[in-house]
Amino acid sequence: MRPPRSGLLRALRHLLPVATGAGMILAWYGIHLTMSSEQRFLLPAPHEVARAFVDEGPALWGAALNTGGGALLGFASAVALSFLLALVLSLSPLVRASFYPYLMILQMTPIIVMAPILILWVGPGLKSVTIITFLICFFPMVVNTTQGLISTDRNLVDLFRMCRAAKWQEIFLLRVPAALPYFFTGLRIAGTLAPIGAIVGDFYAGNSAGGQGGLGFLAIIYSSRFQMGALFATAAVSCLLGFVFVAGVIALSWLALHKWHDSFSQSDA
Amino acid sequence: MRQEGQPPIVELRDVDKRFGDGPPILDKVSFAAGRGDFITLIGPSGCGKSTILKLISGLIPVSAGRIVVDGMEPSSAVERLAFVFQEPTLLPWLSVSRNVEVPLRLQGAGAQRRAKVVGKALALVRLEDRRDYYPRQLSGGQKMRVSLARALSVEPRILLLDEPFAALDEITRNHLNEELLAIRQQLAWTAFFVTHSVAEAVFLSNRILVMSANPGRVHDELAVDLPYPRTEETRESQEYQRLVGEVSRILRSVEELKP
Repeated sequence: MRPPRSGLLRALRHLLPVATGAGMILAWYGIHLTMSSEQRFLLPAPHEVARAFVDEGPALWGAALNTGGGALLGFASAVALSFLLALVLSLSPLVRASFYPYLMILQMTPIIVMAPILILWVGPGLKSVTIITFLICFFPMVVNTTQGLISTDRNLVDLFRMCRAAKWQEIFLLRVPAALPYFFTGLRIAGTLAPIGAIVGDFYAGNSAGGQGGLGFLAIIYSSRFQMGALFATAAVSCLLGFVFVAGVIALSWLALHKWHDSFSQSDA
Repeated sequence: MRQEGQPPIVELRDVDKRFGDGPPILDKVSFAAGRGDFITLIGPSGCGKSTILKLISGLIPVSAGRIVVDGMEPSSAVERLAFVFQEPTLLPWLSVSRNVEVPLRLQGAGAQRRAKVVGKALALVRLEDRRDYYPRQLSGGQKMRVSLARALSVEPRILLLDEPFAALDEITRNHLNEELLAIRQQLAWTAFFVTHSVAEAVFLSNRILVMSANPGRVHDELAVDLPYPRTEETRESQEYQRLVGEVSRILRSVEELKP
């Protein structure tokens, strides 16, 4: 039996975030109104942002699709290639030792420096955005998946060897499924980074020529025209894109893990 | 249990084992097991009892001496052996029945044969109604029974058990000991059982090898002539109590041997 108070607690849990949001919007209006009229354009009122949202709707959603596409392509290719590299790295400590320093270099080089190089190599546009997203997502995926592949329970490996399992059976029937929780940890990090990476990539290497850029490129245009409302709306759409990615990754990991892994455990045993 | 005149099913002759340049783990260990023997290895930590199981299973090679399993090298005899680990060692992403069929699947057995064998093995450990559960939904004792069913699924002639019930509470452990013997009545395998529990050793085995450590040697051997099938009453018999006392005494003298 639940104590009767928990009903009230649950209602509060839903009401409080709404109340906090309302409070923040009020504070926002408050700050907006206390600013001098020359400076007020720096912080547009919430309703002005909402209007920009509607006015710039087609541009914003089109840009979000472009950025989302680049993010998805870069993310997916990072997942696929990192998985293959992790399989190779899991084979021996020597292989890991010979690759890790260069992975670190890749991780440590700021995207801001990579972007101009990429633009010269492949030109601005989707290709550059995809590659930049890939570079940001790749490292956490490789590291986590490799760690998962080499952390298999020693007794389970012994069991497989005693059953005369072939090497491919040991890898695909044991090591890969055992690595899934680690893989999804990497996927959550990469899923959070992918939209950010794509927007940054778009900011530096988005394409204006002959079509529409993504959210990063749109941000440059709006800021050059001092369209503050539209800039705030761009930020909101970027945030939404991030949520879509994270929600997708959480849904995937739920599908793969909820039946057997403790991270999704219910007390139904 | 042992039938005279038949060659032993497992024989160790002057077996030495050391890992790399480390100290010797086993020193000239020799003994033979007849078909149907239930042999328990007991002794202080570091006496190499688990190492003996790994050597018989062919998982690691001997440093010197020889092991013959059913007339073969251990590494050629893997299909006659099954191993039960101290932990249940289940694959958490597979259901109970899929866990039990792992060895058969690795050997490439067809679906029909797998279904038949899994049904039989789960019936033996009385877990038919849990076949679609995942390991995390089972109790410790149930997990261990799944592990046992998996070992039985390959229809082994030799069962190697490395402290399988050590992590369980005493009541569950006693139940599982009785179940293990009941299953053995139906399928006559030879068992090698490692434990730290004197009571468990006496209850299960017809032979107890008491080992000493640094390096591991067979210090003494005892025959347990309590008749099978053994039940809860066996634990109350005088002979059982006497044997528990005697094994404990030998173990204590072995502990005192320690440098």
